[in-house]
Amino acid sequence: MKQENITAENKAFRPLNLARKISPAESAIQVLLFLAGILSIFVTVAIVYELGKEAMLFFTNPDVTLGKFLGTTKWQPGIGQYGIWALVSATLVTSFVAIFISLPLGLAAAIYLSEYASFKSRSILKPILEVLAGIPTVVYGYFALLFVTPILKAIFGDQLQVYNMLSAGIVMGIMILPLISSMSEDALSAVPRSLREAAYAMGATKVETSLQVVVPAALSGIGAALIVGISRAVGETMIVAVASGSGPNFSFNPLDAAETMTGHIARISGGDLSYNSIDYTSLFAIAMMLFLLTLVLNLISQWVVSRFRERYE
Amino acid sequence: MEKNYAIESNKLSIHYGHFTAVRDVSIKIEPQKITAIIGPSGCGKSTLLRALNRMNDFVPGCHVTGELLLQGQNLYGRDIDPVEVRRKIGMVFQKPNPFPKSIYENIAWGARINGFKGKMDDLVEQSLRSAALWDEVKDKLQESAYALSGGQQQRLCIARTIAIQPEIILMDEPASALDPISTLRIEELMQELKKNYTIIIVTHNMQQAARASDFTAMMMIDDQRAGGVIEFDETKKIFTRPQDKRTEDYVTGRFG
Repeated sequence: MKQENITAENKAFRPLNLARKISPAESAIQVLLFLAGILSIFVTVAIVYELGKEAMLFFTNPDVTLGKFLGTTKWQPGIGQYGIWALVSATLVTSFVAIFISLPLGLAAAIYLSEYASFKSRSILKPILEVLAGIPTVVYGYFALLFVTPILKAIFGDQLQVYNMLSAGIVMGIMILPLISSMSEDALSAVPRSLREAAYAMGATKVETSLQVVVPAALSGIGAALIVGISRAVGETMIVAVASGSGPNFSFNPLDAAETMTGHIARISGGDLSYNSIDYTSLFAIAMMLFLLTLVLNLISQWVVSRFRERYE
Repeated sequence: MEKNYAIESNKLSIHYGHFTAVRDVSIKIEPQKITAIIGPSGCGKSTLLRALNRMNDFVPGCHVTGELLLQGQNLYGRDIDPVEVRRKIGMVFQKPNPFPKSIYENIAWGARINGFKGKMDDLVEQSLRSAALWDEVKDKLQESAYALSGGQQQRLCIARTIAIQPEIILMDEPASALDPISTLRIEELMQELKKNYTIIIVTHNMQQAARASDFTAMMMIDDQRAGGVIEFDETKKIFTRPQDKRTEDYVTGRFG
């Protein structure tokens, strides 16, 4: 094809067409991306629907009342005791211990990696930390039972039960540590360098700059890490099933054995369950409660974070 | 008796690894004057400026040779704490970079970490007045600094620098991201500030250097791509009777 010289004369005679052109590839990709987005929403709705349907069967059982469910502390559906708090308490205790361990440690590790570590030490430490995230949770469970519990036994003596919430919570904290530290580190690294320079140029030390300028500016990302960490702890099953105990027990003492909501669901659904029995439908009520608990904890931490974050740009 | 200078450099060179970015700068900066550093892009103006309060310490591989004297002390001496250096030599950056805190806290923070014990409200007001910003923000001190316009943010950055009462204020193209009116306000502010502070400013804008500065340092790179000060004199001499042909070409806009 002969190349036409672009001159003012040639251009003037080229027909002008500004009409909208239809591109099938463009539209197809748009539809595909939309479907990908809608899929996750659809799955969430489907889960809530299924949970709700089965949980309804539980709550419409003449033996069960909402007052009993939320107002008592013994859980034994076989003999008519439906106090969900026996399970919620264990979930709250183990999750609290896990966050108590992982938030400070994870944040400290993140601050070290983002503000202090040299390029070389970061490139060694970060992959090692992320190995922690790749360990199967059942391994963590036995690590808690066979390694951490004996150590705790040496500290607390006979007060500590063989299966206990403290050990499970601590190990759960170790499990979510890489999650919290890596998400927090991303948030810290995203804080513009100009803010650090501003602080240094005013005679701030490294500690003052990191803790009083960088961390507050990264708080929304750190909060997101906290939320994901909480959700992960509340939903974690295998560690608590192995190490925390296998019987509902309303207790806020971390040294006691107690079964969490997830641990209970895992244990009961593993046995012979007849469809439509009260044991079966109660599992969905617990799952519904778990869902709501996670939602509420997320909302609370979101509110806390938005209250304290410092927004840059 | 020898004259007192605000800061003087003696064969100061700045290296990145094996590469020398700025070579053998020996200048004496007069106190309570405005000194402009001009020169084409990439000649090391900002690098030199950042060396003056040891901000280059954060650049991996950067090291400095030669002497930089503040009241007889070599700022690159072995027992010098760079944090203390930056308390005495403040800096205002090219892009306004207020902290994502309230207007009040932007000023109070620096004073607090520097051990300020007096009445904070007074210091905040005084600093904002000195930066010609008080009247615009006095009713919204608790609002975020990001609610301000670019020019106001830059004056806030100047105010928080004043609040820690440095000896010298470095300005790295402080008006290049601002519109002409805000630029003019910054220049007027500099004239006020030089009554109490020594100001060293890097600028791309030749008119700004001619209008606002008392002394001008002209920088240019040599054949090994290292920048250096080729001429340093009173601003009116640099712009009317430059000694160096390259300076003349540059200030008259015939730079090639």
